[in-house]
Amino acid sequence: MNAVHARPSPLPLELRDVSFAAGGVAILSRISLTLGAGTRTVILGPNGAGKSVLLRLCHGLLRPSAGTIAWQGAAGRRRPDAMVFQRPVMLRRSVRGNVEYGLKLAGIGAAERRAIALQRLEAVGLARLASRPARRLSGGEQQRVALARAWALDPALLFLDEPTASLDPAATRLVEAIVQAMHEAGTKIVMTTHDLGQARRLADEIVFLHRCRVVEHAPAARFFAAPTSPEAAAFMRGELPV
Amino acid sequence: MHRRRFVGIAAITALALAAPAAAQEKSIVVASTTSTEQSGLFKHILPPFERKTGIKVRVVAQGTGQALDMGKRGDADVVFVHDRDAELKFVAEGYGVDRREVMYNDFVVVGPSADPAKVRGSKDVIDALKKIAAAQAPFVSRGDRSGTHAAELRFWKAAGIDLAAGRGGWYRETGSGMGPTLNTAAAMNAYALADRGTWLSFKNRQSLVVAVEGDGKLFNQYGVMLVNPEKHRHVKKELGMAFVDWIASPEGQAAIASYKIGGEQLFFPNHRK
Amino acid sequence: MSERDAFSTALALIGGADPALWGIVGLSLAVSLAAVALASLVGLPLGAALAVFRFPGRGALVTLFNGMMGLPPVVVGLAVYLLLSRAGPLGGLGLLFTPAAMVIAQTILIVPIVAALARQTVEDAWREYEEQMRSLGATPRRSVATLIWDTRFSLATAVLAGLGRASAEVGAVMIVGGNIDGLTRVMTTAIALETSKGDLPLALGLGIVLIALIVLINAAASAMKAVAQARFG
Repeated sequence: MNAVHARPSPLPLELRDVSFAAGGVAILSRISLTLGAGTRTVILGPNGAGKSVLLRLCHGLLRPSAGTIAWQGAAGRRRPDAMVFQRPVMLRRSVRGNVEYGLKLAGIGAAERRAIALQRLEAVGLARLASRPARRLSGGEQQRVALARAWALDPALLFLDEPTASLDPAATRLVEAIVQAMHEAGTKIVMTTHDLGQARRLADEIVFLHRCRVVEHAPAARFFAAPTSPEAAAFMRGELPV
Repeated sequence: MHRRRFVGIAAITALALAAPAAAQEKSIVVASTTSTEQSGLFKHILPPFERKTGIKVRVVAQGTGQALDMGKRGDADVVFVHDRDAELKFVAEGYGVDRREVMYNDFVVVGPSADPAKVRGSKDVIDALKKIAAAQAPFVSRGDRSGTHAAELRFWKAAGIDLAAGRGGWYRETGSGMGPTLNTAAAMNAYALADRGTWLSFKNRQSLVVAVEGDGKLFNQYGVMLVNPEKHRHVKKELGMAFVDWIASPEGQAAIASYKIGGEQLFFPNHRK
Repeated sequence: MSERDAFSTALALIGGADPALWGIVGLSLAVSLAAVALASLVGLPLGAALAVFRFPGRGALVTLFNGMMGLPPVVVGLAVYLLLSRAGPLGGLGLLFTPAAMVIAQTILIVPIVAALARQTVEDAWREYEEQMRSLGATPRRSVATLIWDTRFSLATAVLAGLGRASAEVGAVMIVGGNIDGLTRVMTTAIALETSKGDLPLALGLGIVLIALIVLINAAASAMKAVAQARFG
């Protein structure tokens, strides 16, 4: 589980003047951001600020209209990042099969895949459901499978896009605990949320997006104590649409 | 895993189906007419031939025109049809060899028992067709370049009837085999020219009865011949000739004569050496 | 003739265990199942690839396959006939008037059906899966394979549609098979033949047997699908 530490880190991930537009409408404009190792970064902002798009750009699912996104650290053989979505897509196979899928794509042999998958399922508390069809699980369990699936890849960086937005409080706590465990195991966490409580619980630093731009990038404690921008202050007073 | 097994099953099935074609069992393809197949003649005469020679006969039944085309393309080993003029042309053009005239039956004009053209009982087919045309009584034609169709057109020509005027009106072409044409005639209470064999074995007559028969012109000669092996190298010359020879032999001729439906003989062997 | 005749004929056919009839039924099933298997081998990956890959001319190709779902069997039969005829380009294979020729014709007939329906199914799934698959590092090729496997229960419908079309068509198998007794005579060509002979009760009886078979296969497939779907979600 400490494989991440053993490998030279590809971090930080650096964004330089990244813009993104779709259908002529600017969604992100000239974002420059450095995502360094070790910390948990939470991206906040009102609805439509471009949080999800920012994660997808960083993860490579979207291509920036302008600017560059590049890993600054050691180049590895495999892609160094993984992502967990708001609504996890479970493949129509067993829970273990889902966790093994990414490993199979990475060319890892059957025996090793199985061992890693069972280990990660153990870590997310789902080992007993390993052979169950993944699509028959509850939403919370599915999200934990998605976390195990991402974790199995030993990512240096994990993106989470509103991972608990459709979960009840109990399932949300379980997901947060897993994110915390991955953080402690050395994975860089970058997460969006609209749950300020969750941001307070999990964030080391906050990136605040508003109207296509990064308005504030600050340590969490300072951000929550005294936001420097009027937009962030308004957001925390609940005056901006979450 | 699953996918691979599926591919395997599919491949094996395809091979299994193709195998009989590849295996060189003794068989020939005979292009023949609906009248011989649908009257049940082949079912009667082929078993003794197959027992004797071990040659499996595969009959593809079509109109005479199509059957001859099949021969021209080399898709049959033997052609067994009934249109003397077309057959002689086929042989003259080098597509067929060793033609034998082996049997005959006759055509009949069938029509509704109500007999609107008043031709029932006539022994003169030309006169009957003139009356049908004059009465504009519905007449259903094969319209499919079959031997029966060719004979019908000859009769109309002899009667001096121009069919162009009647087409779509009282004269209707089905463009299909004898059976479907009889089905149509039965449904429309129409007259039609049919070979006696198909007529006797036809089950959906409704009100149709024989209206005209016994005219010498209604004579219907069948010929059998080998597709020219020099045109198509793959033609099974020995096996095909075995069939042609057997049909013309006393044994084959007797088999033809012994086929009866309801005590009535359908085909009359007439091979002359 | 009344319907009663046809039904009693159908029952007599089924109950009578006539070996000739079962030979015809068996050949019908063998030919159509082989055609469906081959068409699935080609059509499922083709349809799934059309759903996943983006390339110039894709839209035209999709329209083409949708249009070809209604290929007239006689035209396909004629094309295959000319291809396999001794005078045709593949005449040397000697496949004309064999079950293999019938399998080829039916395969061509139903590949567009299987491909077009598979494309629809897989495209719907791909909308849901795309980000997740790309995130996990799946290439488009790998995605095609995964999607086929993941939508297998829905794809069964596409395969069944192909089977229905194959076992019901008469035009293509009549031309390339020749309706040869004991070799290439299948249910539909036998029905056509009995209709020609004016034996309508027998023709309809055979038709009832054919319909019963198709219904039976579909019922079995949907039962399997229901069980599998309940199990795998």
